[in-house]
Amino acid sequence: MQALFGQLLVGLINGSFYALLSLGLAIIFGLLNIVNFSHGALYMTGAFVAWFGLERLGIGYWGALLLSPIAVGLLGVVIERTMLRRLYQLDNLYGLLLTFGLTLIIEGIFHHQYGNSGNSYPVPEALQGGANLGFMFLPRYRAWVVVVSVAVCFASWFVIERTKLGSYLRAGTENPRLLQAFGVNVPLMFTLTFGFGVALAGFAGVMAAPIYQVSPSMGSGLIIVVFAVVVIGGMGSILGSILTGLGLGLVEGLTKYLYPPAASTVVFIIMALVLLVRPAGLFGREK
Amino acid sequence: MTNGTNDWRALLRQGVITPARKRAFFASMMVLGALLPFAVYPVFLMNVLCMALFASAFNLLLGYTGLLSFGHAAFLASAGYVTGHAVKVWGLPPEVGVLAGVVVATGLGFVIGGLAIRRSGIYFAMITLGFAQMVYFLAVQLPFTGGEDGLQGIPRGKLFGLVPLENTLAMYYFTYAIFIVGFYLVYRTIHSPFGHVLRSIRENEPRALSLGYDVDRYKLVAFVISAGLAGLAGSTKALVLQFETLTDAHWHKSGEVVLMTLLGGMGTVMGPSVGALLVVTMDNYLSGFGDWVTVIIGCVFVAGVLAFRRGFVGEALHLLRKFPF
Repeated sequence: MQALFGQLLVGLINGSFYALLSLGLAIIFGLLNIVNFSHGALYMTGAFVAWFGLERLGIGYWGALLLSPIAVGLLGVVIERTMLRRLYQLDNLYGLLLTFGLTLIIEGIFHHQYGNSGNSYPVPEALQGGANLGFMFLPRYRAWVVVVSVAVCFASWFVIERTKLGSYLRAGTENPRLLQAFGVNVPLMFTLTFGFGVALAGFAGVMAAPIYQVSPSMGSGLIIVVFAVVVIGGMGSILGSILTGLGLGLVEGLTKYLYPPAASTVVFIIMALVLLVRPAGLFGREK
Repeated sequence: MTNGTNDWRALLRQGVITPARKRAFFASMMVLGALLPFAVYPVFLMNVLCMALFASAFNLLLGYTGLLSFGHAAFLASAGYVTGHAVKVWGLPPEVGVLAGVVVATGLGFVIGGLAIRRSGIYFAMITLGFAQMVYFLAVQLPFTGGEDGLQGIPRGKLFGLVPLENTLAMYYFTYAIFIVGFYLVYRTIHSPFGHVLRSIRENEPRALSLGYDVDRYKLVAFVISAGLAGLAGSTKALVLQFETLTDAHWHKSGEVVLMTLLGGMGTVMGPSVGALLVVTMDNYLSGFGDWVTVIIGCVFVAGVLAFRRGFVGEALHLLRKFPF
């Protein structure tokens, strides 16, 4: 029983990261029509900014929680302004290829600088320890990660679906040229949307730093799983990508308990099944 | 996607490219290929030939059908592992080992392709990447692949029980023959009526569908051919280098073949081979730079996407069209 709940908790945590990352991917894809391969590398960058801040500048976890997303978001703004912008008129496969190249660059630089080994990042003092729930031990930090991720996801959902700003974003997703004709600065919106999407990845990186080792390759394996999550959920719905992320994390945790060797592949098996039964994805719309 | 095919067709119309000139070009390339091992390190050449076949097979999908597979490493690696295992553990002759690798890669292509073509565009790329990652995890876990160590010391054996392939020159001509057969198959596929349908799918899928072509079946057949030929390249490579490791299954490899095709010129017959030559050379000469290789490859990728989408061969065709001789 202990082991089952332990694995389910790990699954839920992984699921929170899947949800945060696939949400960012979906927001970017919705407006810019670009699949951001570098999302995983930017998540890793976010974790490294937190680690670097603590090691060299004495900035703690709470500062990093604010600083990392801003730093990664700014990097995203630069990427969008200098490179991605030139590709909007082209087939969207080029966007994937460009961000793939960026992934190689970012990961290569971190590999060169920090090697392959992971760096540990301490859990902030206020969140150390945990509670015994009777059927399992719940570390406080892990509970925090799940709660905050879900809160951030729903806040993003609320902003996009229920506010004026979000209505611009949705209108831009439907028809950017018409929106521009109404006087909205669409190119700026593109830039900020990309910045916000990757800032979410940076935020996820900081959240992940105390749980996983901060290492240059922490993002690349993750992003491929997140792509599978996106295929399973479909990128059409924000709420859909959050639910799919959390759900698949749980399934992974359950698999780790029932049959550990399949834990790393179960998401892809589910992807195959979904493609057979519902090719458009669980929450997707076939265009 | 920016594509060399249109420039090629214009050159045909202008009479710059004639059947006689084409024959002369291919004949001189074949002679050059036969003489090169006397001037250049043969193992390097064999590696280039394998990667050129791999990229040509990949180009059949990206350049001629408009499908970006981000998981072609799966076919390269699975065929390499099967050939390695068949030759080393079962003691099969090399030609049977290669055949076994191709059969497995083709079957895998049928399964992955059949699932992936259910979605199009960007999703197709993500799905193939996902399945290739699954193959990677299987390669890590399955007992016969040797996990992190990979398969080492694969014997080359005797071709048809006669020619000992341990001889580097013999191995070179075996690889060369395989490359020519594979390359010719790609060439024939492109220039067949089937290839024309593939191009029409690339240009305008709804129109091809409305003309009555079973688009999904064409895509699947193209995918299976491409996977099988990628497997042929992988099997041969395992014999050439005499080892097979996880590097071949890693998503970096899938990206590398995209880079070769992009750099050489997608949608051109010669482009992927030129790209393979460039990328393998780059890998070779930069290997002393350690992690910077990845960074440099990434920079080439970014520069290629931003400013050099025609690739070398595509750019050459484009220039030739503007300034015909």
